[in-house]
Amino acid sequence: MTRLIAALAALVGALFLGSLTLGPAGIGPGESLRALVLGDAGPLTLVMREIRLPRAILAVLVGASLGLAGAAMQGYLRNPLAEPGLIGVSGSAALGAVIALQTGLAASLWFGLPLMALAGALAGVGLVLALAGPRGGSLTLILAGIAISALAGALTSLVLNLSPNPFAANEIMFWMMGSLADRSMTHVWIALPFTLLGWALLATLGRGLDALTLGEDAASALGVSLRRVRLTLVAGTASVVGAATAVAGAIGFVGLVVPHILRPLVGAQPSRLLPASALGGAALVLAADMAVRLILPARDLKLGVLTALVGAPIFLHLIYRTRKEMA
Amino acid sequence: MRRGRLIAGLCAGLLAAAPAAAEAPARVVSMNLCTDQLAMLIAGEGQLLSVSAVARDPRSSAMAEEAADYPANHGRAEEIYLLQPDLVLAGRFTTRATVDMLRRLGIAVEVFELARSLDDVRAQMLEMGRVLGREEEAARRVAAFDRRRAALAEEVAHRPSAALYYANGHTAGDRSLAGEILLAAGFENAARAAGFPDGGRMPLEVLALTSPETVITSRPYPGASRAEAILDHPVVREMRRARVSGSFADRDWVCGTPYVLRAIEELGPLRDAVLSADP
Repeated sequence: MTRLIAALAALVGALFLGSLTLGPAGIGPGESLRALVLGDAGPLTLVMREIRLPRAILAVLVGASLGLAGAAMQGYLRNPLAEPGLIGVSGSAALGAVIALQTGLAASLWFGLPLMALAGALAGVGLVLALAGPRGGSLTLILAGIAISALAGALTSLVLNLSPNPFAANEIMFWMMGSLADRSMTHVWIALPFTLLGWALLATLGRGLDALTLGEDAASALGVSLRRVRLTLVAGTASVVGAATAVAGAIGFVGLVVPHILRPLVGAQPSRLLPASALGGAALVLAADMAVRLILPARDLKLGVLTALVGAPIFLHLIYRTRKEMA
Repeated sequence: MRRGRLIAGLCAGLLAAAPAAAEAPARVVSMNLCTDQLAMLIAGEGQLLSVSAVARDPRSSAMAEEAADYPANHGRAEEIYLLQPDLVLAGRFTTRATVDMLRRLGIAVEVFELARSLDDVRAQMLEMGRVLGREEEAARRVAAFDRRRAALAEEVAHRPSAALYYANGHTAGDRSLAGEILLAAGFENAARAAGFPDGGRMPLEVLALTSPETVITSRPYPGASRAEAILDHPVVREMRRARVSGSFADRDWVCGTPYVLRAIEELGPLRDAVLSADP
């Protein structure tokens, strides 16, 4: 277990360094890292500290958040299909973020953007859990997710189309697929407080989720308050997904793929899956964000395209397996 | 019966369009921001029936006040057909389906290319004069344009480098209208040195490392967009803070109209400021 965490942490560290040295400006790796750490007034330091560093930090924050949220939701619902992107939480967060941006709330309050994204995510996750019920049957969960995603996506498009800004309507793609291009330290500071709050909330869920694997009655008998677990899960997920979506758009499948891959390695124990999934999510988004810069450097290829290419086949496989279990 | 009336209506449309080629069109509708402005400059009294709605937006249009005197259209085939024009003016980027539909309905449509140079501006004014049957007015406008352009042209010893930076990180190369405005105002386009001689999407990193002497950005539209958020990125902010910089509304830069000369004139004070900041 410790070996797995150490290996994942090393992977995240290596990808983080790789992300820092990758960019259109074509600066050598040694030179760029020196400019980042030592720093002078030159443009190289500006590039490293204001363009590449925030991009790499955001990839870690967003990836860890999505991995963690996916693992926590799957643990609570005891359903491997639960994932913030697929069940409409990211989509509702994007709607909140778009409303904050277009109403000017994001410009007048520094925490306006993440707050509205959090409110959107809260509505989304609350609706899904209410519709799917505490047991989270696959069918109701997926159907609720489809409905919420569709509604949130349509409303996001509507808000962007109503915007007086001629560029806004072309950004539906960003909010649906996600990207880390041209983000800055401002976005890191916007996302950080809610992300840390959400991580702290979700990290407390380990024991409760472990107990839940034995069934709800057994968990209650062990002294786990299901109500409390549920509230913490909703608040934590909304915080991390809201903050991540506010700055990077809705990136799907990360919370599905990462726990799926790591679950066998941690003995399917939720409390061990949580930290592993956080690191795995960070590694996946860092890698995806490097890939979009390598595949199409001149264009802003969306992160969600890559994560969906990896994630959708796994999702289909999981549906197939679930169907067999239900039959 | 109803079909018969429709066919009769179509035939009438065709017949009405036929003689328009020979003599000056009397009912002209423009559905593109750039043809709107050229037509307002050159058309005769009562000849122009309607211009596009965007021509009234003072951020995009150099002639927003004049445009307010004309009924606005939104470039939809239906509303344009109902105006019963004998000539429709469209741009290269006007929806293809709309132009085809209008032509099928028997309305003559003149499609204007995007102006890519100051010489294109001249050519388009003459072209507009020809299609409107207003050659004399167009020639007068072109003569005035040439005089003012010649007065603006002066030999410059030192050209400070300037980067044009727009929404989504786009920049313009020398062979574009914006690029020619920049050159005519006595600047050197930094996009060439940065490896983007034909413009396109210039990454922020490249802009920062190119270190032009000044950065010229477009002025953002109301409402928020990620595309324009890049103009407020700390890197751009830092570059603007550290050097003299300018930001101009799109209106004089996007269309091939005589107002491009106003864009050149407005760049003059910026150039002076750059030169005095960096002797």
